[in-house]
Amino acid sequence: MIEVRWHGRGGQGAKTASQVLAVAYLKEGKAVQAFPEYGPERSGAPMLAYTRVDERKIRRRSAVTEPDVVVVLDPSLTHEVAITSGLRADGHLLLNIEDPGEAGEAVAAYPGDVLPVAADRLARAAGTRFPNVVLLGALAGWLGSPTFGHLAEALDEVMAGLPPAAREASREAMRAGYAAGERGMHHGE
Amino acid sequence: MAKVELALQVLTGAEATAHAMRQIQPDVVPVYPITPQTPIIQTFSRFVADGKADTVIVQVESEHSAMSAAVGSALAGARTMTATASQGLALMVEVIYIAAGLRAPIVIAVGNRALSAPINIHGDHSDGMLARDSGAVQIYAQDAQEAYDLMVMAPRIAEHPDVMLPVMVGQDGFQVTHSAEGVALLPDPDVRDFVGPYEIPNPLLGGGASSHGTFAMPDSYFELRHQLVQATEAAEAVYAEVAQDYRRRFGRDLPQIDAYRMEDAERAILLIGSAAGTAKEVVDDLRAEGERVGLVALRLYRPFPHAALRAALAGARRVAVLDRAVSPGAYPPLYSDALGALQGSATTLQSYVYGLGGRDLSQRAVRRAFAELALPAADRIGYLGLGGEDGDGEP
Repeated sequence: MIEVRWHGRGGQGAKTASQVLAVAYLKEGKAVQAFPEYGPERSGAPMLAYTRVDERKIRRRSAVTEPDVVVVLDPSLTHEVAITSGLRADGHLLLNIEDPGEAGEAVAAYPGDVLPVAADRLARAAGTRFPNVVLLGALAGWLGSPTFGHLAEALDEVMAGLPPAAREASREAMRAGYAAGERGMHHGE
Repeated sequence: MAKVELALQVLTGAEATAHAMRQIQPDVVPVYPITPQTPIIQTFSRFVADGKADTVIVQVESEHSAMSAAVGSALAGARTMTATASQGLALMVEVIYIAAGLRAPIVIAVGNRALSAPINIHGDHSDGMLARDSGAVQIYAQDAQEAYDLMVMAPRIAEHPDVMLPVMVGQDGFQVTHSAEGVALLPDPDVRDFVGPYEIPNPLLGGGASSHGTFAMPDSYFELRHQLVQATEAAEAVYAEVAQDYRRRFGRDLPQIDAYRMEDAERAILLIGSAAGTAKEVVDDLRAEGERVGLVALRLYRPFPHAALRAALAGARRVAVLDRAVSPGAYPPLYSDALGALQGSATTLQSYVYGLGGRDLSQRAVRRAFAELALPAADRIGYLGLGGEDGDGEP
């Protein structure tokens, strides 16, 4: 089983990202589960979402306490929230950050693989303000799954209600993220 | 018929329930958007607005009014559903008793959540337990697929001539209502064919004569309430009949009791709802370590399946009963019910409370309950996950 924990702020799309990843893995024949952890709901408050992926039906409903992958959508969270709490030492930490030197101490202390991606900048360049799609692409490129095609299909399904221009911008942002993720994978080899 | 192979889509329990409602197309859905309402109504309202379901949504000024409108609608001759959670269900309860007494077959989808105070939006079974003695049938789903399946089954149970009662279809708040997973929906025509037309004797708008909500003095009240008791009891056989037809048509098996690896189990856990999945993982782990343990999860809670539970637990010496609700000052509801069902049997029960207000039930906590069943019985209620205990994840 792969367990992913998404750290974001209300309104940044962490919950949407957790669901898009689940839909993409479902297309690869995996069993999936995606759920947010709600606190008091207000825009900008730190929040969590999770994606579970497995080869067989996922039965457990307990909290994700030892994730394999952590994705941080907002750079400031690296200073405020215990983003590496429970993260497996051989896991993956994916950050939206322009300058990795600005990340909090927990990032430097983490022994596993870390991939910083300037997701805000890549998102803006593609015409969207949402870093979640960039990080989704980066995650897939970095882990080697799901495929970009499945991720793009999943994005279209989850965002079916958006105007075509917004969906196209999201896909472009995801493509840029995917390329950054692939570079990260090769860098790590 | 062979099992229907259908594509999976990623849906939350709430969305899956809304799809069941879209397919069933109830005539009337009275609702009040209390906080917390469930995304069930949010999703279903969108289906109606988009012309995907031909249903009259009646927006009223409270959950009390929603249930009152549902009673009138169901007795008038319209298939009627609603959905609620937590305080909304609490406010409905007075009228759920009336709906049951008037034998109004309303289907109520419930996202089971904690009650105030303090304010909390997360899952537990306190709200459902408020309606426990109303006469309404209560069934509980373990996951989003079951939430869908049970919602499709519910009208057939509610409207059965032997029953004619409200049916509450519960799913755990957040852990099922807001958790997205692979769900296979049945084809729309198959659902409509399975559910069939809404037919009740003497609907108010049916042209015949009928009278509802009448007065009953000491010379008749007791007999009428006894008829309600019999109707609720009859729902056990009707549930089995409907579940059997569902399995025959669609290949999905949802018996009233889910007995997991109980064949030679000496120790078992009994519970309701989505915690069954977590407990099954632990049962598999302990079985792999050579321990004879199993799980019994109830889908049907009211009527309480006494004989079936006795049979399911016949071989178990010790059973931990995990309640997700409390009865302050007394043993909690499921434990008390199970104790009644097992009177005179050799099985002894241990009471635990877990998961109030969304507190996580970890696999470690489930292991602890199994481990304590190997110790001498404790004459007290245990609390799993209280004070951070057991809350630190996998063993």
